[in-house]
Amino acid sequence: MADTRPDPDALLARIESDAERARQGKLRVFFGACPGVGKTYAMLNAARALRDQGADVVVGVVETHGRSETAQLLKGLELLPPRVVAYQGRELREFDLDAALARKPALILVDELAHSNVAGSRHPKRWQDVEELLAAGIDVWTTVNVQHLESLNDIVGGITGIQVRETLPDRVFEQADEVALVDLPPDELLQRMKEGKVYLPQQAERAIRNFFRKGNLIALRELALRRTADRVDAQMREYRSDQAISEVWEAKERLLVCLGPGAGGDRLVRAAARLAGNLHADWIAVYVETPRLQRLSETNRDKILRTLALARELGAETATLAGQEDAQTLLTYAVSRNVSKLVVGKSLRTGLSRMLRAPLSDRLSLLAEDVDVYVVAHEAEAPAAGKALSEPFTLDREPVPRTRWQGYVWAGGICAFATAVSQAVTPWFDLANIIMFYLLGVVGVAVRYGRGPAILASFLSVLAFDFFFVPPKLTFSVDDTRHLFTFAIMLAVALTISNVAAGLRYQTRIALYRERRTRALNELGRELAGALLPENIVDMSRHHLEGLFQCQVCILLPDAQEKLYSPMLLPEHKELPLDTAIAQWVYDHQQPAGLGTQSLPGAPMYYLPLKAPMRTRGVLALLPSQKRLLFQPEQARLLETFAAQIALALERVHYVEVAQEALVRMESERLRNGLLSALSHDLRTPLTVLAGLADSLPLAGPPLPPAQAEIAQAIRAESLRTSTLVSNLLDMTRLQEGHIQLKREWQPLEEVLGAALQTLAIPLARHEVHVDLPADLPLLEFDSVLMERVFCNLLENAAKYTPAGSRIEIGARNEGDTVAIIVADDGPGLPPGREESLFEKFTRGQDESAVTGVGLGLAIVRAIVQAHKGTVRAENRPEGGARFVITLPTGDPPAIPLEA
Amino acid sequence: MEDLRAASPTVVVVEDEPQIRRFVRTGLEAEGCHVVEAGTGERGLVETGTRKPDLVILDLGLPDRDGVDVVRDLRSWSTVPILILSARVDETDKVAALDAGADDYLTKPFGVAELLARVRALMRRTRMAGGEGPLIAFGEITVDLARRQVIRDGSEVHLTPIEYRLLALLIANAGRVLTHRQLLREVWGPSHAEDTHYLRVYMTGLRRKLEMNPAQPRHIRTESGVGYRFVLDT
Repeated sequence: MADTRPDPDALLARIESDAERARQGKLRVFFGACPGVGKTYAMLNAARALRDQGADVVVGVVETHGRSETAQLLKGLELLPPRVVAYQGRELREFDLDAALARKPALILVDELAHSNVAGSRHPKRWQDVEELLAAGIDVWTTVNVQHLESLNDIVGGITGIQVRETLPDRVFEQADEVALVDLPPDELLQRMKEGKVYLPQQAERAIRNFFRKGNLIALRELALRRTADRVDAQMREYRSDQAISEVWEAKERLLVCLGPGAGGDRLVRAAARLAGNLHADWIAVYVETPRLQRLSETNRDKILRTLALARELGAETATLAGQEDAQTLLTYAVSRNVSKLVVGKSLRTGLSRMLRAPLSDRLSLLAEDVDVYVVAHEAEAPAAGKALSEPFTLDREPVPRTRWQGYVWAGGICAFATAVSQAVTPWFDLANIIMFYLLGVVGVAVRYGRGPAILASFLSVLAFDFFFVPPKLTFSVDDTRHLFTFAIMLAVALTISNVAAGLRYQTRIALYRERRTRALNELGRELAGALLPENIVDMSRHHLEGLFQCQVCILLPDAQEKLYSPMLLPEHKELPLDTAIAQWVYDHQQPAGLGTQSLPGAPMYYLPLKAPMRTRGVLALLPSQKRLLFQPEQARLLETFAAQIALALERVHYVEVAQEALVRMESERLRNGLLSALSHDLRTPLTVLAGLADSLPLAGPPLPPAQAEIAQAIRAESLRTSTLVSNLLDMTRLQEGHIQLKREWQPLEEVLGAALQTLAIPLARHEVHVDLPADLPLLEFDSVLMERVFCNLLENAAKYTPAGSRIEIGARNEGDTVAIIVADDGPGLPPGREESLFEKFTRGQDESAVTGVGLGLAIVRAIVQAHKGTVRAENRPEGGARFVITLPTGDPPAIPLEA
Repeated sequence: MEDLRAASPTVVVVEDEPQIRRFVRTGLEAEGCHVVEAGTGERGLVETGTRKPDLVILDLGLPDRDGVDVVRDLRSWSTVPILILSARVDETDKVAALDAGADDYLTKPFGVAELLARVRALMRRTRMAGGEGPLIAFGEITVDLARRQVIRDGSEVHLTPIEYRLLALLIANAGRVLTHRQLLREVWGPSHAEDTHYLRVYMTGLRRKLEMNPAQPRHIRTESGVGYRFVLDT
């Protein structure tokens, strides 16, 4: 039973993603097998139909390729003027993203999603423009050919022999809300080509004719159909999981692909991406840096980093692992990350080298017990593939480590020294002991200078040993052939030692690096924990980052209006090529931009949002002296961790401030409340005394003459009114602070109205009051004392501002979510045009009228009603007189058990 | 003896403000009462203990003791009617004092006429305690407590058991203020002491059956935020 329940986390994630989607624009992709099938035509046709229904449709960019049919369809549609960019002496017309965002239509057509923008645009790729349009809530229609999908790129290349450079990450396609397949059988397409209806650029006609061979077209069509079918299948599955039809309760798969130094890394990554896509699995791409691989040329290492970047683009998490031996390191990592499937490339080694060292796949299979190992075939890599990558940066070379030749010189020197020492002690030791001197030398060289010099030292040692100590001395010839065996052993031992010692050296370096990193993190963490002001955090962070990443750092924080500013502008900051517009964009969109990213890669600085759990807290801008210090996967991750720590610290400081403010507010609240009640007591007591004394004046002695009795009455009335005024002022103050505690209870409206009418019995005596409440009016939840105030104030006004004998009507009606309560009179009505301003404080309907009051009554009414989440408005009745309408939310009244 | 006391009832006024004491005394003496003043809660308790008054008027905002405490103290040994004086901000204190056994309240500022009306009503209650017959009449209604019958304009009005219990309780406490809590506890039991909406709905029902104009009741009056007051004659 329990198994059929949907996973709550998954549900939550779906609800969140649904909510996200609802805010986003919708993306519809017109998908085709190859150019010429009529995607643009279909898109324009559909757009026209929608436009005719009155939709707000704008054509952002459409390539007609001179086809009159298509151009015909464009007529009558609103076209967005293109952005004209001068590039290398030519004028290029590009899609104008900013104009589109400013125009903000309901739907925009943007042809050719995989198009690459001209250098200097905000995004290098058009699909990124489209993502920004979608984020702004604009629906987008676009066209895509199957060969543009990143993960199918190599397959299409294999089929057609043409490498397509303009590619699109699969996720963009996956996340499209709708995909409409535009299909045309190959024969018809070829027919259209013959009729010249398919656009072919002149210069590349031959190559393209080759592309349009029937066999190719069939294969491409199959790919497109299958891709669409996969999508439909995925939708079906998603629907099933939405409806919790799925009976299968499986743990989420996780795939690990291991990249090696060999060729074909991109192919391996693409294959893994496809596999992960089919399995709906998360996937991780790792590169194990073993001592062996450490010695690779810079070009090769850069290639691996680029492959990692490709994997990231295809949706993988990436990591660089360090270890002695790749298979073991991989497996340990795989187990720690709960990986169920390992993907490795097929080894290209053959013959002897294969026998000496088993391929990784074989070693993994031996070691791995509960992890499946997939081996992906390598193929000679298409030469263009590397360049087709949209990797926008190349890594700088590492500075040449400590001059290598020194190591070799030292290798020679140490051998010479070993020889000298051996010579000196030769009378007392035999040959076996002398070998030890040489080996000691080799160990020293290996530890100090690494593998190369150690190998040189190994060979030199053997030669020197032969030359100086093996009879016949001072020649390389050997008397006893058994010594040849000694040489072989000695060489083998020396080489092994070199290897082990060099490995050790490498491990030490890695350990040192890690230690340095952990220490840096710890130090930053400790310092940030003590920071009390954002400025402290900015200062500390800058200090640490500058040291660790060797870059210039600027941290921007948002002000109250969400605009970024630099809290500590140092003189050297002025020289930074800091672009606040980019920083603001990064802050608003919460994604990195600038150098080394997909957005504005041409900028000299790298901008990273400081994301904390609650919200983004600022932007980190870095100007690296060496890009690799920033963008190597390890360094990039470290930077991210730093950014997260800084963001967290900023958030903490923010909440400390909030808490302090709250404390201060609470304290001043307490003070004010104390003051208010003291004031209330001190003002009211004398007024009570005054009224009471005036009242008792006629009782205290002999009856007063009428004139004096009248004066006593006047004193009493005035002090009572002053007391009311004091109450009103104090109440208004309390209500305005918004901290009045409502004692809300469910009750019939009738009761509170009755209480109000009772209280005002005397002022209302000369008016005709009619109450007409529907019998089925639900209970309402309100504070009875405050609500009585509301009706008292309204009725008192009605009594005050209408002549004697006027009719006052009180009614109510149930309006579903709310109940409207109406208090109306047939008096002179409200001053026209001032209905709303009556509710403001110290506002009175008739200026300087003889009627007393300061105009707080209605302000109190509004404050109380609003505290009940209701509304109040005033209007003149068409038949004459004023009308006040209060609406209160109905809520969910409790049931009353009925008596049997 | 009974008549003599009734002719000149004693009232203890516990109030720290001398000017208020003064005009209260003036009013009460004009009504023919004998007035004893007390400036503190302690003094008030002593005076009440020694003078055996017919009524205590007690200010809730005393300097030495919490007014609600004084009520509780008094109620532990006396059934003398207690009239509370309170400022409007002491809403909760007022209800607590009534719950503790005070009979009625007045909110400052109040007029002498108002005060005297309350005093008279409370005194009459004491005089009439147990004295009235089984027939109670108010407005167009006659209630026969012995036969549990309610007659309106000559024909019997049907009340549900709860409605009748409420009515009987109100009649027994006519002139006093009954808090929501007191009514709920008596009629529904202690477990429903917070379900004020029950009470309000039944009170509305009762008014519709007994009042001429239920929206402007003359007998079953609402004391907002406090409870109800049953008034026999208006």
